[in-house]
Parts: sequence; C-alpha cells; structure tokens
Amino acid sequence: MASADQNLPAEAGKAQGGFMAWLNKRLPVSEFVKSQLLEYYAPKNFNIWYFFGSLALLVLVMQLVSGIFLTMFYKVGEATSFDSVEYIMREVNYGWLLRYLHSTGASAFFIVVYLHMFRAFLYGSYKAPRELLWLFGMLIYLALMAEAFMGYVLPWGNMSYWGAQVIVNLFSTIPVIGPGLVEWIRGDYGIADATLNRFFALHVVAVPLALLLLVTLHLVALRQVGSNNPDGVEIKEHKGPDGTPIDGIPFHPYYTVKDVVGVGFFLVLFCIVVFFVPTFNDVFLEKANFEPANPLSTPEHIAPVWYFTPFYAILRAVPDQKMGALLMLIAVMSFFFLPWLDRSPVKSVRYRGAIHKVFLAIFTVSFLALMYLGLKPAEDVYVILARVFAVGYFSFFIFLFLYTYFGWEKTKPVPTRVTFHHD
Amino acid sequence: MTAVSDPADNPDTDLSRRRFLTAAVAGVSAAGAAFAITPFISSWQPSERARAMGAPIEFDFSKLQVGQMVTLVWRKQPIYVVRRSLELVQKLASHNAMLKDPNSLQSDQPAFAKNTMRSRRADLLVLIGTCTHLGCLPKQHFEPGEAALGADWPGGFFCPCHGSRFDLAGRVINGSPASVNLRVPPYYFKDQNTLIVGLDGSTSKGAA
Repeated sequence: MASADQNLPAEAGKAQGGFMAWLNKRLPVSEFVKSQLLEYYAPKNFNIWYFFGSLALLVLVMQLVSGIFLTMFYKVGEATSFDSVEYIMREVNYGWLLRYLHSTGASAFFIVVYLHMFRAFLYGSYKAPRELLWLFGMLIYLALMAEAFMGYVLPWGNMSYWGAQVIVNLFSTIPVIGPGLVEWIRGDYGIADATLNRFFALHVVAVPLALLLLVTLHLVALRQVGSNNPDGVEIKEHKGPDGTPIDGIPFHPYYTVKDVVGVGFFLVLFCIVVFFVPTFNDVFLEKANFEPANPLSTPEHIAPVWYFTPFYAILRAVPDQKMGALLMLIAVMSFFFLPWLDRSPVKSVRYRGAIHKVFLAIFTVSFLALMYLGLKPAEDVYVILARVFAVGYFSFFIFLFLYTYFGWEKTKPVPTRVTFHHD
Repeated sequence: MTAVSDPADNPDTDLSRRRFLTAAVAGVSAAGAAFAITPFISSWQPSERARAMGAPIEFDFSKLQVGQMVTLVWRKQPIYVVRRSLELVQKLASHNAMLKDPNSLQSDQPAFAKNTMRSRRADLLVLIGTCTHLGCLPKQHFEPGEAALGADWPGGFFCPCHGSRFDLAGRVINGSPASVNLRVPPYYFKDQNTLIVGLDGSTSKGAA
C-alpha cells in the first residue's frame, strides 16, 4: 500500500500524501488493513485443521457468484422450473458448469463446515471466551441448512418435491399450531407453486443476506477474542515488550500465504468433482431428481442429501413421529449448548483425559455412521444400527456434562505457552 | 465543545413523567409493528386462487372393480378410492391386536368414519393417500399374507419411505413410525355411483 502512493508522479499530490492519504482521510482503508491483517496476531502453531474457515469463506463467495448467474437463466414456477434447469444444462453456454459449480459447492460447503466444526470439538474452540463466536457459527450452520434445503427444492425434480413434502411435514408434529403452520409455510393444501416461489425468494435473497450478516458477526467476534489453537493456550496472556503476543504471528503475510496453499489444494479436489463426478455417484445429486416433480408418485426411497442424513437417520430410528422429530431437533440443537455442557478447564484434546477422547471418538464414529445409514433405505438392520449410533451420538453430550461437572476426567497439565516454539 | 448536562441530573426533571412517555412510545411502537407485520405474515396463507382450486370434486365409481384402487387429486392431496371385497371387510375387526389405534381414537377422520371399516359404505374405502408419518404415498399391497410383508400381513398399504404399514381400513399397524391412522377426507355419495370429496354431505360446510 505504501509503495503505491510513492509511485504517483504528481508532486502536489505527494506533498499532501498522495492518493492513499486522500482516501484514508475519507475511508479508513490503511487503518483497516493494519488492524485486521498486518497487526492481527494469530497463534503460530496452527495446523491443517485451520484451513477450513478461510475455505468456507471461499465457498460462500463461489456460491454467491454461481448462484447469481444461475438466477439469470432459471425460471421459477411449477411449470417452468424443471425445464429451465434442463435448459441451463443443455443450451446455456457453460450452463452445465454454472450448475455443477453450485451443486458441488453446496456439498463442499458442508464438508468444510463440518471439518471446521470438528476442529472446534478437537481443540475446545467453543469454550470461554469464544462462546458467542461458536453460537454465531452455529447460526451460520442453521442458515446454511435452510439455504441448502430450499435450494434443493428449486430444480423441482421428484426428489425436490418429496424432500419438501417430508421436511415441511415435520412442522405438523408441533402440538396445536402444527397443521395451520404447515399450510402457512406451503401457501396451499400441498407443496405447490406458491411454496416453490417463496423458497426461491428465501434462497436467493433472504437467507444469503442473513448468512452475510452472520459471517460478519462471526469474524468480528473472532477478532475480539482471537483464534484458539491446537494447544488451547491463550496467546494474549504472554506478550513481548512490544505488546504483541510472543506466540503470535501477523495474519498477513504468514497465514494469508498458508491459506492460499489450502485454497490451491481445495480447488484441485473441487474441480475433480465438478468435471468428472458431479453427481458423486448419486450422493451430491440424486437420480430421482432428474425426473420432474410428481405429486402422485413417491420415489422408491427418499433420502435427503448426505449432509442432512445424520439427523434424518435419527428421525427414522424412532418408531413414533413426534418423538422422532423432537429427537432430531435436539440432535441439531445440542451443538448450541456445547460451551455450557463442557465444564472442563482444559480446551485442547491434547491435554484432556482418556474418557473425553473415548467419547469424542464415539461421537465421531456415530455421526459418520448415522450419515451413512440415513442414505440407506429404512429397512430392519439399518434402523437397528441407526438406533445404536443415535445412542452413541447423544451419549457424547450427556456424558461430556457428567464427567466434566463431577470431575471424573483426569486432565493433563496444560503448558503456559504453545508447544511449537524455538526460543 | 461545551459539556451537555444530562437533564436527568437536574432535580427539577420529572423522571416518572419521562419514564411514562418512554414506555408509552415503546408500547405504541410495538403495537404498530405488530399491525404492520400482519399483511406480510398473512400473504403466506393460501391465496384466493389456491382456495378456489381446493373446491370439492366429483367421481363416478361405477366402473371400479373389487380389489381396484383409483387415485383422485383433491387439494393437491392424493385421494385413494378402493373397492374392498366384503370378505376382507369382515376380517377387519379380527386383527385389532396388531393395530396402534384400532378404534381411531387418536386419528383424524369425519365422525361417520370413526368405525372399524373407517368408511360410509363397507365396500368403498376413501382415504387421503399421504402417510401420517411424513407425507409420502403408501403403496397398495391388498393381498393378505404377501411374502415380503409377512405371513400375518392383513392386506393394506405399505409406505416405502419409512416403512409404515396400514390395513385395508387405513389403520396403522404396530411397529410403524407413523403414530395415527391414514386420514379420511370429508365425503358423501350424491347418488348410488357418485362420490363427492370435500363435503361431508350433512352440512354445506367443507373441510376445515
């Protein structure tokens, strides 16, 4: 930035500080860059788990861009939606690319967000003082689920239709107001044109605006408390004579360069999917959605896209409609209470007790198993396994509170400084 | 800059009057906001067109044979119309033990269908064909004892989405994720062969 204004030839301008001085007087550009990048100190011991925040931001931007272009060709409506998606796929120049970027981007978003969340599980990044940071992240996750669900309805394929039917009907399980609420959400006596139209409005305008606001709040909260790290040590507690954290390094250039490497790896994998396996063998785009919505024909087996299946498997595992819906809701909402369920003074898994490692492993295996089982038909053995892993899923949250509240966990001493240092 | 003194520090300021005014303005604003939001909320209700499209429908079932089913559409919902054999209707009362709600106490149906056969006429079953679990379409498996569904299968409907099972009166069978029986729409017979779905015949009032 500094070199740019030195190159300006105008002597008069130079006397007053040049273009940057003119700009900074009116907009705090240099101040912002300095405080947010050059003098924002992040722990120096970040590892591979710290790529996924910046990747989530990258995917968000990619989804916004590909989404804006898709709306230029997509025609919302019961009679036009399916045809216009086929039109995009077959006749719009590079329309297939726009659509596959967007559909692959949706799955990529959840992959990086799940890995980003798992990082917080590993290193206790949800714990004080980062509770609000975690809650904003969870709100982003909820908004993302709403965005993905409504986006999946828009092509108006048969899986769009029946997915919408199943998910909207979940609201009918709410006592008293349920049936009226469902009719209000649909705007008709069934999933109809009115439903499709309002989902389009929410998908392209309302939820993206909410997402941008929440991402901003997430980043502002991050700047306030600073990043956690694999050791779970607060670097702000050890500052050098210049007042900066000894174990911190400026975000730019150190972590911008690191993130660029992550972006490179990510884009290679992303492009392999976009160009060679865009449906990802029926997982990212399902076969049944390549035929138009038909209110009189249910697909042989309805499964949501993979990122919802852990919760869907829990819903199906319960032989009672209201209890199933309630347990599914609790499964999602449990994440919100994590900062208060986990009473351990130790953040990072590196210094936590064996019992915590065991339950974290049980949770991870259960989540992945439920994800797989939710993709399978609701047949006997799959339902029984889903019940087993649902117990594993919930036992993590219950036992996490118990062993940290009653002090059953034997933690190791936490170092005062991050372990990756040479001085 | 001259310091601005807070009027609240002035002993002559009537604080209770201020608090009243603040509360009154906040209260009126909240009420105004509630009124202002109403049209937006209300716009999501089914439109006049959607309501008009939800008018009752008529169907001549004279050609429907025993064991056959037709699917009509009323209010975007599939309406199953099944001609049952009287022999199977008589057996309906015999498998109450395997049903969650044999007498339809928890289930949703017009008063005329709150009986074992869940219909006005013994031979004709009229149901809303969406599963009471999460709204998929249960498929017809009318043959009793069908191999895939077990030797005790009484004949009825099987939902492929989440495996709910219903008998030939749309009553839910134990072990299903659905908790209540398939719903029965309001309907009546205009004459010997004509079914009207959407009105229950006793009054001019349609479905809620």
